[in-house]
Formats: sequence, structure tokens, C-alpha cells
Amino acid sequence: MKNNKYKKALTGGAAAAEALRQINPDVAPVYPITPQTPIIETFAKFCADGKARTEIMTAESEHSAISAAVGSQAAGARTVTATSSQGLALMNEILYIASGMRLPIVMLISARALSAPINIHGDHSDVMGARDTGWIQLFSENSQEVYDNTIIGTKLAERSELPIMVIMDGFTTSHSVENLEMLPDGTVRKFVGRYKNKEALLNVKKPHTFGPVSLPDSYFELKIDQDEAMKEVLKNYEETAGEFKEVSGRDYELIEEYRAKDADHILVLIGSTAGTAKDVVDNIREKGEKVGLVKIKLFRPFPYKEVAVAVSKAKSIAVMDRSISFGSVPPLYSEIINSVKDCDLRVASYVYALGGRDIFTKDIERVFEDLISGNISDKTEYLNAKTQ
Amino acid sequence: MNKKLTEKFYPGHATCAGCGIPAIVRHVLDEADCPVVVINATGCLEVTSTLYPYSAWKVPYIHNAFENAAATAAGVETAYRALKKKGKIKDKMKFVVFAGDGGTFDIGLQALSGMLERGHDVLYVAYDNEGYMNTGGQRSSATPVGADMETTPAGKKSSGNKLPRKDMMEIVKSHHIKYLAQANVAYIEDLRKKARKALETEGPSFLLVLQPCTNVWKFPTSDYVKIGKLATETNYWPLYEIEDGRYILNLKIEKPKKIEEYLKTQKRFGHLLSPKNKELVKNIQENINREWEGLIERENGGIVEQ
Repeated sequence: MKNNKYKKALTGGAAAAEALRQINPDVAPVYPITPQTPIIETFAKFCADGKARTEIMTAESEHSAISAAVGSQAAGARTVTATSSQGLALMNEILYIASGMRLPIVMLISARALSAPINIHGDHSDVMGARDTGWIQLFSENSQEVYDNTIIGTKLAERSELPIMVIMDGFTTSHSVENLEMLPDGTVRKFVGRYKNKEALLNVKKPHTFGPVSLPDSYFELKIDQDEAMKEVLKNYEETAGEFKEVSGRDYELIEEYRAKDADHILVLIGSTAGTAKDVVDNIREKGEKVGLVKIKLFRPFPYKEVAVAVSKAKSIAVMDRSISFGSVPPLYSEIINSVKDCDLRVASYVYALGGRDIFTKDIERVFEDLISGNISDKTEYLNAKTQ
Repeated sequence: MNKKLTEKFYPGHATCAGCGIPAIVRHVLDEADCPVVVINATGCLEVTSTLYPYSAWKVPYIHNAFENAAATAAGVETAYRALKKKGKIKDKMKFVVFAGDGGTFDIGLQALSGMLERGHDVLYVAYDNEGYMNTGGQRSSATPVGADMETTPAGKKSSGNKLPRKDMMEIVKSHHIKYLAQANVAYIEDLRKKARKALETEGPSFLLVLQPCTNVWKFPTSDYVKIGKLATETNYWPLYEIEDGRYILNLKIEKPKKIEEYLKTQKRFGHLLSPKNKELVKNIQENINREWEGLIERENGGIVEQ
């Protein structure tokens, strides 16, 4: 079998750590939190064994970890960190500063529910809560995508001069062993290249001021510039993923369409549940119904146009969100509604698997049954929740 | 003005008339014998020196947020070590944090503790104006007893701030760093000597520098040196160092002035001079005497920790 020695069975956390080892960043300020910890632990061991030459800084909080990451990346060092849940929430203030300063920090996230009540299990509340912080958000379905996205994400962030969250589902992906195919160390190192920052803080011969005060005469335009940079990420992603395809053979478009081209009914979702949903799609297809799946990979910036094209021929679509937007509609549903505002189709909204609640094939089958039978509620429905 | 002094921090900044912060910054940085990188907490210094698209800084400078100057400095210094190890940087550099008392005693305390405990090679300079002056003069845990502040105003039923200052020097000392010192902008030569020692120290060092604030302490803009001197001449603000755990008192006033001499120069203490606050002023004086004696004892004790 080709490249056999690169085939591994790894958890998502270990896959991320392997990618980090190969990227060999300069600095990693870290702080433990479940279910992210296996990433930094595994990576710290690589460093301890001399397999990566990264300076690990054991911060005293996530707030300081991301603050140190800002200092380190501004200094001119390629910098990575990782977190989950409350850790991401604690970082929130500095997330805006990292993106406002255009620092391409790479952050692995094992997505988890938010307190209260405290819950250590997976959902998307933490990362959706950070969706407007100016960070690129790239979601992964499985260990293979975690590994690939960490490598693609590093180059994408640096190319875009914006920070990136490479996101996996807490426990479901971070702690589950799956098969994946790695790339040779040299291939990864060559792919990401050397980090170049022409305005590094440590360039003492050409001093720069980072993080100035901006008043009403300039702040507005600086924020518009930042938004323009974010919009460029769509193009940058396609370029970077294209380069990655050349070295890996693996093709990652902005969205993944699974049997969706001719589908009458399409399910849209993010993350690990896509794997289960593909099985359901196959089963229903066997029964003769034309159903399909659209998996969102890049959530920020959001690929509105690509989604619209992918679902425009469907009769109805369902959106499954793994978080709630209190007092509003769920985040992915909101984006999909915006994507299809010029399309003639019905859109159903479902929330599932909050705080690690299981999602079964029967739940996804029910969603497709709703679409096929035209039983589309105006309200968001909850899957496998004890509300009915 | 001495031209060399303004090489790193230019004229054209917008600190208040009569503010001592620029003097602290300039004299500390002037003691560096290699390139310096400045890390600044949100506060008076930051807002008055970096008004986009201008900057008063002629050295590399980064401002991140209010509470995380120490963590930011830790990241910068770690990046320096990482890049040096990989041969990507060759120059020797020093890293200096400037933060106010709010950013040090209160909101930045955890990040400072982390930076000290991990041993980053950073000089942390706290300019202590005893309150949140950039937001108009609210109480911080560096505000002295009796001060009339925006959030602890003196009134018919209050004599101002009731809580004593946090003992920041002892907190920093407990991290077992090699060098820390209490200084005063009114004693520039002493400040410079301490900055030099701190910059020569390998690992973290800390300077706590009194910075009388003309706006909130309410005294004439011409008087910050005079007020600063009074703070030390009354033993309210002793000048001392803690070097490898050993206390060194730098100035022993033969006949310390009474604290009233200091209090009466500032309107923030104006209400303390009324007869009904006589007992409070007596307590303030007693505390000063006790703290001074404590310092003398610690100095005489020589090396007080292993």
C-alpha cells in the first residue's frame, strides 16, 4: 500500500499534536483544560524528547496564554496554543486584540459546552461564542481533518495575517482513535515554510509600535480594513487547500458536498456528526429518496455564495446546530438563512447534542423524514431532548 | 532637555503638564546598555504616547491590554529565547514593562505573579500614582488610607478610602526574585541606579516607583518633585532595595517630617486636616512609624530568607 508507514490510528488530539510536531512552531504558551489537554500534553512530550524545538510556556491561565501568544507572535515567532470552553471564554477579550493586531496565531480548539451548569462534554457553544472575534474558524470532522486543518490552517493564517481556530469536536473527535494518513515531516515543513514577519517587534533596527490608541477619526477604517482582510480568506483558503492537495492528494473545498448535487433535501451541519449523517444519507438514498449533505468547513469567514450554489436546487434543507443563540436563532441556521435568501426553498432548524448528549442515526433520519414529508416547523426543533 | 534621554521616548507625547511618568520611562530606559523592547499596560502612559498614526516610542513597543502586560512580556521574552536558540536572532535585548498601580496591584496581579514565578528575564516597572488616574481618579489597592477618590469620596459620613495599601513589595519579594526596589521619581539618581541594577539582573526584576499625580492628588503642576520628596522625607515612601532577599535602605532621614506636612500639600487629603479626622491622621502616622521600624528590623536581620 502506498505511504503505508504514514498511516496511523490517532485521536484528534494526538493528530493535532503530530501536526504541531511537524510544523515545529517557535513558541507555545499553554494552559490545561478538558478536553483540550491531550493536545498540549502530547506536544509537550514531543518537545521533551527533542522531536520539536518549540519553547513551551506554562501560563497561569488561558488569559495569559493568549496574551503571551500575542506578545510572542508580534515578536516574530510562530506561535500556537490550544483551549476549550471556559478557557476560550476567558480568552475572549484578547481574541479581538490578536485579530485586530493581525497576528496569525494558530489555536487548536476541542469544542466543549459552556457553564453554567458546568459540563465538560462536547458542543459548539464555546466556538460559536467566539465567532465574531475576527479569527478564522476552520472545523474538522475527524482526526484526518484535524491533522490536515492544522497544517493548512497555519499557512492560511500566515497568508491572511489573521489568527485561526482549528476546531475539533470535544471528546467525539479529540479523544476517539481514528485512522488517518500523515505526511512526511519534510513535506509538512516545506509546505508551511518559514514564518516571515516583516514588522516583527524584535526587529530593533526598525522599531514598530504595536497596539496603539485609535480615535473616532481612524478606528472605523481600521475595522473595515480588518473585515476586508477576513473576506480575502475565502480566496486564500482555496489557494492554500489547492497547494495542500498537490502534496497530499486530499481535496478540501470551502464546503463538502456529499451526494448533494442532485438532492431534493439537504442537511447542513458542522463537525463530527457529518460522519454519521453520511451513513444516514446512504441509507435513505438506497430507499430511493434523493437526499444529501453539505458540511461547512470554514465558518469564519462564511462561504455564503458556495452554500447558496450547493443548495439552490433543493426543495428543502435542514440545518443542525450544536449550540443555542439565546433569544435568537441558532448560529449556523442564521448563516444559512442569509445564504439562501434569494433561493426558493424551505429551511428547517434543529439543535442537537448540547453538552455531549448523544446524536443517533434515528435523530438524523427524523430530520430527513421531516424534510421529505414537508413537516417543516417554523420553530427550532430539539433532537433527542426530553422536551416533547 | 538632555538629548540622549529623549532618544527612546520622544517629545510630543501627551501626558499632563507636571506628570512624572516620562521622566521615569526615560531614566529607566537610558540605563539600558543594549536594545530594549517596551511592553506597556493600558493606562496613562499608553494612551498619551501611541495616538495613531503617531507614536512617541523610538524603541519597539507593544501594548496588549490592561491586565496582561506581564503575560505579554513573558510571550515576547519567550519568543526572543526561542528565536535565539534557533539562530534567527543574534542581538542581545532587554525587555521592560511599564504599568500603573491598577495594572499591577489589581487587575494585572495574576499575570505579574506568573511572569515572576516562571523567571522571565523582564524588568517590570510599576509607576505608582496610587489610583486609577487614567479613568479620572478611582481607588485602587495602592490608594492610601484617607484619600478622597472618585469611588471612595470623603463626605459627611466618610473620611475617604478606608483600606490600607496592598504591600506590593512583599508580594513580589515572595516570588524569590533576585532584585526589587522601591524608588521615587523625585530621586532620579537613586531611580537610575536601581534601574541599572535591575537591568543587569538575570531573570525577573521589579521597580515600584512613586509617581505623584498632579490631577488627582490635586497639587500645582510645578510640584511633583516637591511632593515626591516630601513622601520620602516623612518616611511615607522609603527608598529601599531587596537584593537576593537582603533589605537595603537607601536613605535614612535623620528627622523625618510629620505626615501632616505631606498631607496638607494635596487636596485629596484636604479633609484630613479638619479636627474630626485628628485620630485618623494619628493612625496614619503610627502606621508609617511601624512600617519604617519593620524595614529597619528587616535590614538589620540581613539575609532573611534562604
